[in-house]
Amino acid sequence: MLLPFFQWCETLWLGQFVVGSNWLFPVIESVHLLGLALLGGSILIVDMRLVGIGLSGREVKEIARDARPYMNFALVMMISTGIPLFLSEPIKCYYSPAFWVKMWTLAIALIYTYTIRTKTTRMELVHNTARRQMLVGALSMALWFTVASAGRWIGFS
Amino acid sequence: MSLLAFCEWLAATEGSIALHESLYMYPLVESAHVLALCLFVGLATILDLRLLSRLLRDVPVSQVIARLLPWTIGGFVVMVITGVLLFYAIPIRTYQSVWFRAKVIFLILAGINVYYFHTRVETRIAEWDTAVITPKAARRAGLFSLILWACIIVAGRFIAYNWFDCDIQPQSAFVNWFAGCVVATD
Repeated sequence: MLLPFFQWCETLWLGQFVVGSNWLFPVIESVHLLGLALLGGSILIVDMRLVGIGLSGREVKEIARDARPYMNFALVMMISTGIPLFLSEPIKCYYSPAFWVKMWTLAIALIYTYTIRTKTTRMELVHNTARRQMLVGALSMALWFTVASAGRWIGFS
Repeated sequence: MSLLAFCEWLAATEGSIALHESLYMYPLVESAHVLALCLFVGLATILDLRLLSRLLRDVPVSQVIARLLPWTIGGFVVMVITGVLLFYAIPIRTYQSVWFRAKVIFLILAGINVYYFHTRVETRIAEWDTAVITPKAARRAGLFSLILWACIIVAGRFIAYNWFDCDIQPQSAFVNWFAGCVVATD
């Protein structure tokens, strides 16, 4: 059903521009990877705290507040480099199961991160929050781990 | 035995061939290498940003180091193990890759930076542990680390591309020299 959309994507100049260059895809891919490291760090530091490891002596709120700008920046980096990477090979992506796994988990991870997770990191510590924090952190790590693994797998298919 | 001869010997071993030709093992090792990046470089970046006073300013630097270091080291161990396996799977081409060689140089520089920080800057950490603005030496170490790891990631990713491979001639004299290509002269 979405195939015509992907075929249309293939005709866009940005993708063709990337395809036409020997260097552009690897360079954009590298920036995508640099974004991954930053995203990984800024998400892990909070998720680790949520499950009770890493900076466990500090308040979740404080860590999340400081990590948020870097997470947002890393996400902008990832999406703005991910789009040209996708546009350079939309048909390959369409037929890649890894691509669909990545996109669906990415959508879930983004919504989750900016709703439930944000709310949890801003919550005052009251009765029974520790267990909830643990769950929220573990789920966040699992979701982003899936996004990253499936993303890497697109390249192998 | 020269390093090239060693790589040639390595490439002929059963394990190297098996890993190189495996359908799933090689991609799995490579994925583990990339994902461990989030843990290792990700947390190292947080530490570097703390050294640059860009986040967690209320947390003493010594506490950030103490709490994150075990995880960073764990991530680094995974990176080294998977990295060695990736080299083992494709020894000759990797050894003669300009990107691999650049990556090794950056790695050594990053190692020197860590050593310098550990022996010269961290030893006096008590003096600036909770300072709002960290001292220049600490900021410099954090900045060098950020730049070097970015270079290591990019160079590492580029190993996969064959622009400067020895079997694609002609290459510039610099590439042939830096990659250690054995070029037939007539």
